[in-house]
Amino acid sequence: MSTKSTTDRIRDVQEDTGAPINIGHLRRARRERILSWVMPVTLLVVAICLWEILVRYHEIPKYLIPAPSLIAETLVRDFASLMASSWFTVKLTFLSLALAIVGGVLLGALFALSRPVELSLFPFAVILQVTPVVAIAPLILIYVDSTFAALLICAWIVAFFPILTSTVVGLRSADHNLRDLFTMYRATPWQKLRYLLAPSALPYFMAALRVAGGLALIGAVVAEFVAGTAGQHTGLASRIIESSFRSEIPRMFAALFLVSLLGIVIFLLTSWASHRVLGHWHESEIRREH
Amino acid sequence: MTGEPIITMDRVSKEFGDVLAVDNFSLGIRAGEFVTFLGPSGCGKSTALKMIAGILPLTAGEITISPPKGDAEHDLGFVFQEPTLKPWASVFDNVYLPLRLAGVRRSDGEPRVREALKEVGLSRFAHSYPRQLSGGMKMRVSIARALVSRPRILLMDEPFAALDEMTRSKLNNDLMQLSDDHGLTVVFVTHSVFESVYLSTRVIVMAARPGRLVADMPLNAPWPRSEDYRMSIEFTDETRRVSETLKGTLHVDEIDH
Repeated sequence: MSTKSTTDRIRDVQEDTGAPINIGHLRRARRERILSWVMPVTLLVVAICLWEILVRYHEIPKYLIPAPSLIAETLVRDFASLMASSWFTVKLTFLSLALAIVGGVLLGALFALSRPVELSLFPFAVILQVTPVVAIAPLILIYVDSTFAALLICAWIVAFFPILTSTVVGLRSADHNLRDLFTMYRATPWQKLRYLLAPSALPYFMAALRVAGGLALIGAVVAEFVAGTAGQHTGLASRIIESSFRSEIPRMFAALFLVSLLGIVIFLLTSWASHRVLGHWHESEIRREH
Repeated sequence: MTGEPIITMDRVSKEFGDVLAVDNFSLGIRAGEFVTFLGPSGCGKSTALKMIAGILPLTAGEITISPPKGDAEHDLGFVFQEPTLKPWASVFDNVYLPLRLAGVRRSDGEPRVREALKEVGLSRFAHSYPRQLSGGMKMRVSIARALVSRPRILLMDEPFAALDEMTRSKLNNDLMQLSDDHGLTVVFVTHSVFESVYLSTRVIVMAARPGRLVADMPLNAPWPRSEDYRMSIEFTDETRRVSETLKGTLHVDEIDH
């Protein structure tokens, strides 16, 4: 069985259920999948070429808009320092995201299990969320000695809230009849959490993870901007500020490119994780064939 | 059917806030009976069923299941109006659920899951997911899940209401066969007079506002029944008798919508 291809398995199920086998649907789905990559990449390449041509043709000075080729050259030349900064931002982003997941899920589970705890603590979580992180960051930088820890707290505050709210909603969204069934079979609280509540919450959690992934990066960059940190052990935001002060616009663009690239990687990773977890059962991840 | 009741409901009442859903309901159900709760919407038939299952607490009265429920094995199986399957779990895992909750290891439970799936005709679909199945097949999975723990009592809350006539008729016959094979005591909720007369050995007619028992009607036709029974004069007569009793309850409550 394990050696069967997806097409074979789909055919097996279709034979069993009596549904007509339609290879045309499979071909169309594959074509659509390829197009979803080819179209944006082609458009990107065309835009970059156009950018290069326009900059050269109009002789736009590099301190205004550098050509893509110059940005690439800068990337290569400053590779070591940019990579060190990227690594710093990557560490900050993923660590804050990991802490947001742990904190959001634990507090969310606590809220879902205890209404009094939710009523007591939820307003504070909302206050933390609605107060702009740029307004809190200077205080955190004063109270916390380590700059990295201060930046981490700022990024965590931004990424934490969507995980918390989605976990609470998700844990409460379990089918009521299934809840009744677990009650009838006298399931323990742990069994209920493990086999019913947690899987029911997964679609909500995965959606929140996609949002929180992006927010963790935004939080990491914004916090560094506010902190105005300088020196070798700093992130991409510091490289952007530094380049701005020195009017090194190609370097600024190179750092910006790396920030965007990191954002895309986070988006792809969270989308992939969502597909891995929900792909076989949840409507949001199932490709419908028309 | 003779002997002591396996389920005894003694002056059971249930209130939801100010609403009296079930009022002073007393009933004894003996082992092997196929009892149907029949009545209009809001007559408390599902509430009564859920109280037997221990899903809803009682406001007053007592429900006894005799002999008392053991801890390891489950005495009750429950089938809801919807299949109520876990969409993230395979058919196998859905059926395995009651055993898993009872602490039965997967390897030990596997033969019983396979047997339950075989009984409902879904052996080949153990690794499918609920979304890949038709409505009737999902309901079969739900029945297999209710039977896998080998309960003595099967509680069913309008399980076939959402199915098409053909599927419903087939499942009616399969259910009678299964309950006969296993010697089950079945408590079945429906608002279909035809279904109640075809399936049951006893129909409990209920009225609404407040939900209460108005008639206890034994049906003496040989059981399990076959499709021929649906065409018989006896079936028509019984249907008319039950139907008129049911109409009487509507008249009593002056429900004209």
